[in-house]
Amino acid sequence: MNNVLRARGLRKEYGTGESLVRAVDGVDLDVAAGETVAVMGPSGCGKSTLLHLLGGLDRPSAGEVSLRGRRVDGIGERALARMRRTDVGFVFQSFHLMEELTAVENVELSALLAGRSPRAARRRAEQLLEQVGLADRARFLPSALSGGQRQRVAVARALSNEPSVVLADEPTGNLDSAATLDVLRLFEGLHESGQTLVIVTHDARIAATADRMISMRDGAFVDETRLSGGVSGRLGALLGLED
Amino acid sequence: MQQEVVLAMLAKEPSHGYQLRARLRDALGPLGDAMNAGQVYVTLTRLEKAGLVAVEKSADGPDRSDRKVYALTADGQQRVAEWIAEVGWPSPDLAEFHLKLIAAARAGLADPLTIVDRQRHELLRRLRDAQRAAMAEPDRSDAALLLEGIVLRLQADLRWLEACEKSWSHRRSGR
Repeated sequence: MNNVLRARGLRKEYGTGESLVRAVDGVDLDVAAGETVAVMGPSGCGKSTLLHLLGGLDRPSAGEVSLRGRRVDGIGERALARMRRTDVGFVFQSFHLMEELTAVENVELSALLAGRSPRAARRRAEQLLEQVGLADRARFLPSALSGGQRQRVAVARALSNEPSVVLADEPTGNLDSAATLDVLRLFEGLHESGQTLVIVTHDARIAATADRMISMRDGAFVDETRLSGGVSGRLGALLGLED
Repeated sequence: MQQEVVLAMLAKEPSHGYQLRARLRDALGPLGDAMNAGQVYVTLTRLEKAGLVAVEKSADGPDRSDRKVYALTADGQQRVAEWIAEVGWPSPDLAEFHLKLIAAARAGLADPLTIVDRQRHELLRRLRDAQRAAMAEPDRSDAALLLEGIVLRLQADLRWLEACEKSWSHRRSGR
């Protein structure tokens, strides 16, 4: 079992009768260890709902979700909360940092909640901030950081409990072009270090860095491409300089 | 006028030159206004010389070019099939890609959504390459600026492909 994440027949419905909406409509997904998968689609296609189902933030109407071989769709609230804290790292479009806590306090918080000692949590948080290139901003409040820096703090926080999978929802949605590049560099680094990543986005730039890109429409997967491998390196083609 | 576009417009059935012009005008709307009336005929003559189209019959005498009915030859059909399957960037340009979808759907040569998917895969690969190159550049290098331009153009094209996909899946389900 080298699939970190597995979903079968996943469905999420809202409303009833005439007003029934199938936000997620029969999704099967396997994510291998160390793989980066991007799910792309227009807003309203159900990709955020899918991410919430995968990460246990929401429960499916039907279907199964397994994390490292363990079913998580039917487990109790406490077990689900524990799973979210220790096994899944979340990154959101609007960062969701605590405004009154410094960068390092934001990062260490989830380790503290997971029961680590304050000293171990602080050490880990400092390491992670170093990893995301923000060691010198550790004592800053989020309001003193740029959008890109805030998102890097959020990524560090997501990694704090060494999750099996990091789930990111439009992580570059609020970022300008340069900050997007920083976050992409960070994701590439995570990918190289073997972190499993699932990113839902409508930003093609992120999708292009994934191993696999899945297109989602009206709650279902409609197309899938494997982007990794086959080093093209034909940069001349980008300018039409060759053909 | 791109020769392959004219060829593909003939793929469904043999047509008069004026019918081809009307189809192009429908497909291009106001953007087709700049199209010179003679362009289609010049292209057809070239295609005939190249053996890709043949004149089927002339109703009112050989000198009335707008009475000729043009049909694809076997070579012409071959060329259309190759053109439909071609993926790339920066060519085909917007109009050429747009007409490719229309011609493919009209003649039943290929599913427009498959063409859109293939083009998207190609663009995503290029976006990945451009981005890898951009990430390897030091900040504010000259090359980084050029690469940013390429990335932005690819993103814009990918967004348009989304619009194409939406429109063509609606047309299909509306049928």
